[in-house]
Amino acid sequence: MVLMSGAKALLEALKREKVKVIFGIPGGAILPVYDELFAETDITHILMRHEQCAAHAADGYARASGEVGVCMSTSGPGATNLVTGIANAFMDSSPIVAITGQVPRALIGKDAFQEADIIGITTPITKCNFQVRSAAEIPKIVKTAFYIASTGRRGPVLIDLPRDVQTEEAQIEFNDNVELRGYKPVYDPHPLQIEKAVQILLQAERPVIVAGGGVIASNACQEVIALAELLAAPVATTLMGKGAVPENHPLSVGMLGMHGTVAANYLVQDADVLLAVGMRFSDRTTGNFKTFCPNGKIIHIDIDASEIGKNIKPYIPIVADAKRALQAIYRQLLEKFRKKERSAWLERMWELKRMHEEVVKSNDGDGIKPPALMVEIRKILPNEAIITTEVGQNQMWAALYLKVYKPRTFISSGGLGTMGFGFPAAIGAKVACPNVPVVDIAGDGSFIMTEQDLATSVAWKIPVIVIVLNNSILGMVAQWQRLFYGRRYFAVHLGGIPDFVKLAEAYGAQGIRAQSIEEFRRALKTALNSDVTTVIDVPISSEENVLPMVPPGQDLKNLMLS
Amino acid sequence: MGLEEKTYMISAIVEHKPGVLFTISNMFRRRGFNIESISVGASEQPDLARMTITIKGDESIVEQVIKQLRKIISVVKVSLLDPRVTVARELALIKVNTPDTKTRSDVINYTEIFKGHIVDVAHDSLIIEITGDEDKINAFIELMKPFGIKEIARTGIAALPRGMKSTIME
Ligand SMILES: Cc1ncc(C[n+]2csc(CCOP(=O)(O)OP(=O)(O)O)c2C)c(N)n1
Repeated sequence: MVLMSGAKALLEALKREKVKVIFGIPGGAILPVYDELFAETDITHILMRHEQCAAHAADGYARASGEVGVCMSTSGPGATNLVTGIANAFMDSSPIVAITGQVPRALIGKDAFQEADIIGITTPITKCNFQVRSAAEIPKIVKTAFYIASTGRRGPVLIDLPRDVQTEEAQIEFNDNVELRGYKPVYDPHPLQIEKAVQILLQAERPVIVAGGGVIASNACQEVIALAELLAAPVATTLMGKGAVPENHPLSVGMLGMHGTVAANYLVQDADVLLAVGMRFSDRTTGNFKTFCPNGKIIHIDIDASEIGKNIKPYIPIVADAKRALQAIYRQLLEKFRKKERSAWLERMWELKRMHEEVVKSNDGDGIKPPALMVEIRKILPNEAIITTEVGQNQMWAALYLKVYKPRTFISSGGLGTMGFGFPAAIGAKVACPNVPVVDIAGDGSFIMTEQDLATSVAWKIPVIVIVLNNSILGMVAQWQRLFYGRRYFAVHLGGIPDFVKLAEAYGAQGIRAQSIEEFRRALKTALNSDVTTVIDVPISSEENVLPMVPPGQDLKNLMLS
Repeated sequence: MGLEEKTYMISAIVEHKPGVLFTISNMFRRRGFNIESISVGASEQPDLARMTITIKGDESIVEQVIKQLRKIISVVKVSLLDPRVTVARELALIKVNTPDTKTRSDVINYTEIFKGHIVDVAHDSLIIEITGDEDKINAFIELMKPFGIKEIARTGIAALPRGMKSTIME
C-alpha cells in the first residue's frame, strides 16, 4: 500500500497495463489527471482536436496493434463527444478503454456544470462501464476494465472518474487478480460440437468458409487458410474479416454481402456447408436473412454466445475462440479427410472470380475510375501498409478492389458505418505502427467530418496519407437516390468545397491534386517519401456507382452489375 | 417459423450494486424484448440479488433473452425455470371500497377464502394483502372489481425452482 492521489493511481494502473499512449483532450473535470501527466515520462499523451477523433484514434491503434487503445476526455461535452467513437468500437468489437472526467461526487445528480450522465449514455454501447467512487478502487477498476476490453469478444469499456476522486489521497494497493463472477469467456469448443462439425465438413460437396473480424482478433488467419486448403473451400470474408486471408490466395473470393463480389455472393448462396467463423451475420453481410445460404448447413463459430441464432440459426453452433475451434476441427479432419473431387466447384469459383476482375478492366476509360485507382494504390503500397477507409462509396471500392494481404492492414468502420472514422483511425494506426505507411481512403464528405485532426497529425509528426476520392457529392447517398429514388438528388451536393489542397496546406500538411492515374502515381510516391501528412485530392465523377450491389433486404444473388 | 408463444420465467442472479437494474432493463428495451414482469430483491448471498423475469415470446426469443442477460458482466447466473417444478409467487396489495358493513363483510369473506390478510382498515376502505401465483391474484382481483377497487400494487413474480435440480437451461 502506498499513499498517493487518485490521479497518480490511475497513471500507475495504466502503466501496469503497458499503456504507452493516450489520445485525448483535457478539461476541468479531468485536470488533476492531466497535471499528473505533465511529469509522466512513460505515457505519451497525444492532444487531439476533437474527442471523437481521440476515440477513433484509440480504436485505430487497437485494430492495428491488437492492444487496447486508450482515450481520455473531460466530463460533459468532452465525454459526449467520445460517444460516436465508443459506439463505433462497440459495433466492431475493438478493445478501447475510454476515461472520462466527471464532476465531483457531491455534485453528481445536481446538473452541475458540464455534468453528463455518461454511464447512462454509454451503457448500451460499452461492454461494461464503471464510475469510480473512491481513489482506492482505481487499481482494481482499471485492471478489470482492461481485462474485459481485451478478452472474450473484445470491446470498449468506459471509466468515469469524478474530479475529487482524482485528487483524493488514499492508500493504494495494486493487485493483478481480476475477480468477475459474471464474466467467464468460453474459449475452448465443446468436443461434441467439433465432432459434429467435422462430420458435416467430411460430407461437404460445396463447402465455403466465411471469415469475420473474429478471425483476425483471435489470430486465427493461418488456421482458416489451412482448413480452406485442406477442404479446397473458397473463403469469403466480411468487411471486418478483410485481411484474414491474403486476397491473392487462389481460394480467396473477397467480401460477401450488399457490395460483395460476384464470387463470394454466389458461392455462399450455393454452398452446401458454410463454415462461418468470427462473424455475426449482419444484415449487410447476409442480405435477406430468410434466403441466406438456402441449402447450406451452417456451422457457426463465435466467442459470443448471443450471436449464435440471433440473426441466422446455425445447424451446428460452436461457442469458442476461433483459433481453438479451427485447430480442433483441423486436427480431426486431417485424420479422416480424403481428398475429394472438387473440380466443378472450384471451376465455378474461377469463373465467378474472373467476372469480378472484368469490372476493373471495363472501367478503363476517361478520367480516374475508382476500381482502377484501387488497383493502382495496391501496386504502389508495400504489402504491410495499413489502409483505413471512410464510409460510403470510397469504403466499398476499397473493400472490393483494393486487395489486402495481411491481417490488421485493413481498418474500416463496419457496424456503425461512421463517416469520419478513417482519418483519426489512421492517426491511431500510425502511432501503433510508425514504420509502415498508413493510408486513409476517403470521400470528401467523410473527410470533412474529422479533417480538423490534420492539426494533430502535423503537430505530432504522425504522417499519414489521405486519398480523397473527391466526387463533390455524398456519393453513396447519391447512389441510393439514383438507384432507388428516381434520381431525385437532394442534400448530397458538396459543391467541391473545400479545396483540399489548400486545406492541407493551411494545416501545414502537404496537398497534391491528381487529375490522372499518372499524376496519382507520382503523388502517392511523393507522399510515401514525405515525412509530413499528405492529402491527395483525386477528382472523380459524381455519377459513379459502386457495383456490384444487392438492394437492401434482397437475396445475395440479386446482384446489380451495371 | 410459427414457433409457439408462451410465457417463460427466467431467474437471474445479479450483482447487488447500483446500475445493474438499469443495465438489464436498458438491454430489454434496446433489443425490443417484451417483458411482462420483473421483480428483484435480496438473495441468499448478501452481495447478490435475485431477479425473476417473466417474458412472453417463442423459444428463440427466450434463448436470446437468456444469452443477452448472460452477456451482461454484472449478471452472474441465468436459468430458465421449468414451470412444472417451480414455485412462483406474487404479492398484491389491493385497496377496496367498503362503504357499508355488507360489502365490508363480503370482502373479508372472500379474503379469508383466498387466504389473504386485511392489512389496513379505514372507515370506507380496506387494504388486502394477497399472495399466490398470478392466476390466483388475477382471480381475486376479478372478484373485487364489483366492489370498486381504488388502488392496486403488485410486486411481480418471484420464483424458485423446487428441490435441487430444477433448471432446464443452464
Ligand atoms: C456520421 C455519418 N453521417 C451520415 C452517414 C450516412 N452516409 C453514408 S455514406 C454517406 C456519404 C459519404 O460521402 P463521402 O464521404 O463523400 O463518400 P462517397 O460515398 O462519396 O465515397 C452518408 C452521408 C454516415 N454513414 N455517417
